[in-house]
Amino acid sequence: MLIDFINNYLMNGIVLGCIYALGAIGITLLFGILRFSHFAHGDMMTLGAYLGLAGVWITGQPVWIVLPIAMAATAGVAVGIDRAFYHPLRNAPTIVAVIASFGVALMIRSAIQVIFGVEIRSYARGFERPILLFDAVRILPRHVWIIGLTVVLVVGLQLFLKMTRLGKAMRAVSDNPSLARVTGINTRAVVIATWLIGGALAAAGGVFLGLDTQLDTNLGWNLVLPMFAAAVLGGIGQPVGAVLGGLVVGIAEELATYPFFGGQALLSPAYKSAVAFAILILMLIIRPTGILKGRVF
Amino acid sequence: MISDANLGLIMYAIALMNIGAIYAILSLGLNLQWGVAGLFNAGIAGFFAVGAYTSAILTAPDSPDFLGGFELPIPLGWVGAMIVSGALALVIGAATIRLRSDYLAIGTIGIAEILRLFLKNEEWLTNGVRGITTVPRPFQFDQPLLSELSFLGMTLTLLLIAYVAIERSVNSPWGRMMRAIRDNEVAAAAMGKHVERRRLEAFVLGSMLMGLGGALMSQYFRFIGPEATEPFQITFLVWVMLIAGGAGNNRGAILGAFLIWAIWSMTELVTRQLPPDWAVRAGYLRIFLVGLLLQVVLQRFARGLLPERIRQRIRP
Repeated sequence: MLIDFINNYLMNGIVLGCIYALGAIGITLLFGILRFSHFAHGDMMTLGAYLGLAGVWITGQPVWIVLPIAMAATAGVAVGIDRAFYHPLRNAPTIVAVIASFGVALMIRSAIQVIFGVEIRSYARGFERPILLFDAVRILPRHVWIIGLTVVLVVGLQLFLKMTRLGKAMRAVSDNPSLARVTGINTRAVVIATWLIGGALAAAGGVFLGLDTQLDTNLGWNLVLPMFAAAVLGGIGQPVGAVLGGLVVGIAEELATYPFFGGQALLSPAYKSAVAFAILILMLIIRPTGILKGRVF
Repeated sequence: MISDANLGLIMYAIALMNIGAIYAILSLGLNLQWGVAGLFNAGIAGFFAVGAYTSAILTAPDSPDFLGGFELPIPLGWVGAMIVSGALALVIGAATIRLRSDYLAIGTIGIAEILRLFLKNEEWLTNGVRGITTVPRPFQFDQPLLSELSFLGMTLTLLLIAYVAIERSVNSPWGRMMRAIRDNEVAAAAMGKHVERRRLEAFVLGSMLMGLGGALMSQYFRFIGPEATEPFQITFLVWVMLIAGGAGNNRGAILGAFLIWAIWSMTELVTRQLPPDWAVRAGYLRIFLVGLLLQVVLQRFARGLLPERIRQRIRP
């Protein structure tokens, strides 16, 4: 019973949580530094996933090998998108950039649909033999990879933010933009770094999700709601909070379908994303600053 | 006599006007929320779908496939649609309206997404993915031209009523107060205006219009299915319509709706000529271009075709 719970629900929840976390970090950083909700972030994950697919097609290598390329390419596209569509609106009210981000979301998605078509795709076929731990807990190798790489990326990001000059500058702009500017911080470099990090992590999340399930062009849009829930739950502007929030939302979504009482699933799996929404609304009412005391918009 | 080819063209033009008028009602609703009150609704499709399904269920004949058999008169379907979408807006607005508009955007996206799941999965209520195919349509005659024309008369009348009502309220003290809140919330609050209450009013009223638009659309097509809640078809197009037409100006909202709908619909005529494989891709290319159009408008013509007019009246 407990083993079944861990194998079929908890593990899936943690993996999903890692994917949400990778997207939510970008959302929370972008909000902290550029001060607008980037609703195209989900579609940026779709882009990363499909660039990974293109890499697999071209090189014939497994997706783990092309992952860094997909991350770099998506990061580059993210900077380009900022340049073309968000930068010209920097002096307008921030909500205009939010509207623009909806347009960008749609443009990314339809561009992918034009190029790759709408068929459901996957990186590789084949069956993976689960790894058996303590004779009971089964973990799929790809889940080990996803969790491990997420940990590496998150730790790397934390080191970057705490140790490097640019990382510290990013935190300073996030805390107080006008103070940061008068102290001579290069805001341009900070903005570019934010998009590079956000884009690269989004691509990793997208590739991981495509690897764990399948690739379809709505993959990212369906993540927008849980990722914003995670960002709000963790506290806006707090990358560590976004990771915690992502894990909570991911695990909560999976556990909500566990048959806690008798044979019935607690919540029909069709309504998984309602869990994220409930968490979001609850947080907004009770504690809009989030777990780690982020900013209220 | 009218030749067949001309008749087809006339029918097409009337259909274009009909759907354009329904979009204009949606666009007016969004103008009340965004243009006048500065409220960001990113889930227009949700309120639209709720209105469409409510009116369909209230007016459709009995069927084993979905909840129904009330067979109420069509105007009661409109009223029901407006009440339910308004109630939904009240609930979601009460939770998020006091926070910055980004939160309202997330909240409305959430509502629209959950409604999409709900309408797809609750077969007893909505017939699931197959949708409701027996929505009654008013003014059905033997002559298709006459049916179309009288339906157009109805939608245009409703549009006119909505326009006059909103125009009057926007120019009333209530409307001035709304704009004051939109432009400087702190100052308005300091003047003793009840900011949250007023915003909630605008949000609910706008959503009611969206519900009405949904009801009319389902009646026009005699059908409503869960794909109506797909974010692109409704939410995004209506946003482009309002921004292009001129947020804050009701006439701009209407003009934008007809114009964007005409562009959108006529480009479909072009892509339909292509071979099937290319037609699908060209369809997505159209969406891409609409997205690009929005960016151009936002960057170059931020105030739209008919910008908001502020009447300057200096009193001694």
